[in-house]
Amino acid sequence: MVPTMVFALMLHMLPLPDWLTYVRPEFVTLVVMYWVIAMPERIGVTIAWCVGLLLDVTQGAILGQHALGLVIVAFILQLEYQRIRVFSLVQQALVVFVLLLIKQVLVLWVYGLVGHAPSLQLYFLPSFIGAIIWPWVYLFLRNLQHKFSVSHEF
Amino acid sequence: MQPLFLQGPSVILRTIILVVISIAVMVADHRWQHLETVRGNIETYIIYPLRYTINLPSQFINWSNESLSARQDLLEEKHKLEEQRLRARINLQKLSVLEKENARLRKMLSAQTKIGELVLVAEILSIDLDPYKQQVILNKGRKHEVYIGQSIIDAQGVMGQIIHLGEYSSTALLVSDPSHAIPVQVNRTGLRSTAFGSGNSQLLELRYIPHNADLKIGDQIFSSGLGGRFPPNYPVGEIVSIERPIGESFSTVLAEPIAHLDRSREVLLVWHNPPVKDVLLIEQKSTVIPDEKSNAH
Repeated sequence: MVPTMVFALMLHMLPLPDWLTYVRPEFVTLVVMYWVIAMPERIGVTIAWCVGLLLDVTQGAILGQHALGLVIVAFILQLEYQRIRVFSLVQQALVVFVLLLIKQVLVLWVYGLVGHAPSLQLYFLPSFIGAIIWPWVYLFLRNLQHKFSVSHEF
Repeated sequence: MQPLFLQGPSVILRTIILVVISIAVMVADHRWQHLETVRGNIETYIIYPLRYTINLPSQFINWSNESLSARQDLLEEKHKLEEQRLRARINLQKLSVLEKENARLRKMLSAQTKIGELVLVAEILSIDLDPYKQQVILNKGRKHEVYIGQSIIDAQGVMGQIIHLGEYSSTALLVSDPSHAIPVQVNRTGLRSTAFGSGNSQLLELRYIPHNADLKIGDQIFSSGLGGRFPPNYPVGEIVSIERPIGESFSTVLAEPIAHLDRSREVLLVWHNPPVKDVLLIEQKSTVIPDEKSNAH
């Protein structure tokens, strides 16, 4: 579980050509979402907050900006994970899209409050891409989980 | 056996607490910069190793390119560099004469000369943190006596300043970030202004310039050194457009940064007015006084 988060963080920091950075989905958020859905009793809002803080540092954002977004996303998933688990992958992707949007909007608000909001033309594209790749992220992480039998116990 | 329902109030309570903490942290970070040490520690102990790992493949490719490149290529490069060096030396000769003359003239005016800053070469570790911010990560940090507010330049001109410090790395805000401003002076006329970032790495915005200001497209702007944060007389940009909308009190002036903000790989950290206690420590670093011996390491 920790390796997947580290891997997501590295994917997040991987240098990409300029135009691709606008498309890069939020791998870290996706991975956190998966683990909250898969193991809500182990991965909750607190861990989401800590991961968000790491994200803030890597992005040079105001500390707490992404942390806040991730906490809210994790909170919603904590309440709804039982329902989301029985959804089909497409339905899940829709939920993921909405959650990613919520997170991006929260981050955007903070940008706005601080006084320099980014231009919105491509701002929500990562959410869209994130929802599209969700089924693969889900299947990949579930395979990993079963392979290494990450259980609820340890 | 996992419980059927998570303890409801606890999740809600925890969320509320975390949200409140987040907001408090954001305010503390943004308003008072209280959390620089926390950020520095996270950067140093968790993020920097990751960044370093990510950079390894590209470093390896660079290294193997260098060690496998053909003799012919190396020779060609050597010739090119020699030619460049010759040109630079010719310019330097002229410069040193001019500099002496300048110093003499200033002496006559009994003004203080202040040339020669300490510099250190830093490499850019990564650039695209957030496409909506203009920041870069450098591979020099507190260990190398870097300090917050320090200016960075590249071979062409001013690039920006350091805003966060880790032990071995630091984050720099580029002049083109929307939250960045640098006091400048137009070379031709001495007109003072402030260049604000626009969020676009190719544009700076000069604000509060009256309509009747003597300004032309192609004018060079230099850092004025006012405010004491940036060293004076480094090139910042070139005016590319001037609009004088009727009915507005100020003109809209746009400039293009001279530094290669999105292309530089190496940058120079400049110690200008170094804090007194650090002067001794950084004496071994080279100076940028343009004479024969100096070379940045």
